Amino acid sequence: MKRISIAIAAGAILAFGATAASAGTLDQVKQRGSLACGSNSGLTGFGIPDDKGQWTGLDVDFCRAVAAAVLNDPTKVKFIPLTAKDRFTALQSGEVDVLARNGTWTLSREADLGLLFAAVNYYDGQGFMVRKKLNVNSALELNGASICVQQGTTTELNLADYFRSNNMKYEGVVFANVDDVIKAYDTSRCDAFTTDVSQLYGERIKLVNPDEHVVLPEVISKEPLGPAVRQGDDQWFDIVKWTHFAMINAEELGVTKANVDDKLKSDDPSIRRLLGVEGDFGKGMGLTKDWAYHIIKAVGNYGEAFERNVGEGSKLKIKRGLNNLWSKGGIQYAAPVR
Amino acid sequence: MSGRAVDLPPVAKISPFYDPRVRGFVYQGLLVLALGILIYGAASNAIANMQARNIPTNFDFWNKTSGFDINFTLIPYSAQSTFGDAFWVGLLNTLLVAAIGVFFATILGFIVGVARLSPNWIVARMATIYVESLRNVPLLLQLLFWYNAILKPLPGVRDSIVIPGLSGKPFAFLNNRGLVLPQPVFGAEFDLVLAAFGLACLLAAGFWFYARKIQRETGRRLPSGWAGLALVIGLPAIAYFAAGSPLTLDYPVLRGFNFSGGARVLPELVALLLGLILYTATFIAEIVRAGIQSVARGQSEAALALGLSGGQVLRLVVIPQAMRVITPPLTNQFLNLTKNSTLAVFIGYPDLVQVFAGSVLNITGAAVQIIAVTMAVYLVISLLTSLAMSFYMRLTATVER
Ligand SMILES: N[C@@H](CCC(=O)N[C@@H](CS)C(=O)NCC(=O)O)C(=O)O
Repeated sequence: MKRISIAIAAGAILAFGATAASAGTLDQVKQRGSLACGSNSGLTGFGIPDDKGQWTGLDVDFCRAVAAAVLNDPTKVKFIPLTAKDRFTALQSGEVDVLARNGTWTLSREADLGLLFAAVNYYDGQGFMVRKKLNVNSALELNGASICVQQGTTTELNLADYFRSNNMKYEGVVFANVDDVIKAYDTSRCDAFTTDVSQLYGERIKLVNPDEHVVLPEVISKEPLGPAVRQGDDQWFDIVKWTHFAMINAEELGVTKANVDDKLKSDDPSIRRLLGVEGDFGKGMGLTKDWAYHIIKAVGNYGEAFERNVGEGSKLKIKRGLNNLWSKGGIQYAAPVR
Repeated sequence: MSGRAVDLPPVAKISPFYDPRVRGFVYQGLLVLALGILIYGAASNAIANMQARNIPTNFDFWNKTSGFDINFTLIPYSAQSTFGDAFWVGLLNTLLVAAIGVFFATILGFIVGVARLSPNWIVARMATIYVESLRNVPLLLQLLFWYNAILKPLPGVRDSIVIPGLSGKPFAFLNNRGLVLPQPVFGAEFDLVLAAFGLACLLAAGFWFYARKIQRETGRRLPSGWAGLALVIGLPAIAYFAAGSPLTLDYPVLRGFNFSGGARVLPELVALLLGLILYTATFIAEIVRAGIQSVARGQSEAALALGLSGGQVLRLVVIPQAMRVITPPLTNQFLNLTKNSTLAVFIGYPDLVQVFAGSVLNITGAAVQIIAVTMAVYLVISLLTSLAMSFYMRLTATVER
């Protein structure tokens, strides 16, 4: 029912909302005094409320960073949990200002859905999880298998491609809510569960006996995950993009949550520009000049956010891999602040 | 009528301004006009808004390749089919659930409704307990319950429960992927059997009319029911053997993860049907009970006095009269069942909402068009159901005496 109501709300906003609603997101956020962040409804490591009701995760921290840059207060975020299926409608209709919900950047989502992906805050790929006792060592052994998958994801489409191109058959069992997917897999309705690899690790925790399941080695797709915004508001697009870039640049320059105040006194011109000590780079985006300082003060640099949420400091223990800085063997790279 | 009207004093001609009929027309016209302007304004504003945001506003997606699979389809479909094909798959899956659901919910509802009025204390009590307990639990919970209740105890594919056939070799398999049955393969000569069946139906109908005529004229009752049944079963059976048994079965074989060959009944479909039927039947039972109780007691007493048996009283006297009370709310229940079938998304059955307002909407982003089409579909199903039911009402209307 919620799905329908979101669609109807979207229709209503489109039908009765002012035509120019897509411009001026920054002003709206400032006026409202809080950021509406479309987030996951419960994915460990990316977006999930903890036992105290506090939202945590890499995508959650990203929204906090945007709020810090725009409102100078990382707590001024309203998290709106969205299923895979509802998320783009919620963004299109203006119900959320930014969608940071492990969304894959694809051509059709930009060209056909009227969205723009501002950055990639996690390079991922799709994988499979199976029960150990099936003795399957490769996804290529899954011919004829039943596979549980969530609706409205790139996963659903990659799955069809992969089996077709490998001349294999499968039965896809599709659910709208991820918890139903997990439950069906856990009750053995499916032989395998498929989604982005990072999420396989995140969802495995929800299984009755996580240790009885393994992730297969094949990664069958490219899944660049990142925050998206509506088309037609370039200023807002810039703010979201540069929030990510500021976090990457901070890591590269060795600026952390702990040392950011000391770094205000640094002589390094790159650091001085990033933290707004020299020049006023926030102005062009409608922000204060210490916008990046607020981001780092609030959530730390990209590396810190990664380790805290999905890396060594978390339950998931995911290696940096592709998500390491370009200078350290990964592909995370940001344009310079100048 | 006209004779009495003469007695009334002549009515003065009123100005159209005060004529309630004219006024009614004007007000209604204004309302329709205002509504039209509102809808037009909303629609054109929506289109402008969507275009400004680069959201598709047309149905170009209909013929594009869908790219996703559906695990239960009544028509051929693959990931290379179009979004339009996916719509038809979803629609047919919805209609299948609605048709089977309505059929069994009605039968169960009638049985329980009659049972609630049974003089047998235990029967009546059991019916009451069933109705009161299931009617008050949210349907979604019941669906999830049935889904788990079906999945949990069933074994995996490799340990399937084997249902042996007549010849002793495995006929069907039951496991947590569903019930795997042999798929009937129809030979070309099977048309003969179908033709025989059609002919038998015609003959049976003819005989029934003839028997009715005889009964009216002479009061003699011919066994038209049994004769019809014998015809409808016997004739196709004779044709079947005469044509050399043109029906073979494709038996399922276990290969790797799953059975290949055969046909499969999904656990999702069974759970959805169980939930919908058991839930809707409780409401139908109440409607039937109310309908029967609305028939005056004297009717059944009189029928009994005439020597009809208990069953005959119910079938020939009470139910036909009760139907007048039962049919309108029964129609509502049929519509409810159809609409409730959209809860399928929660247990993974690919109905219209799941496939079309789900996967297709998400991939194409054409939210407004797709939701509009989906709503229109349910509206049309509702209207057609109501139409059919009112047609049935008119057909069976009892003549008041
Ligand atoms: N990256 C993929 C998949 C993202 C996705 O929705 N993953 C699911 C599977 S774990 C998820 O996060 N579900 C959580 C939810 O719906 O609350 C996409 O953008 O389509």
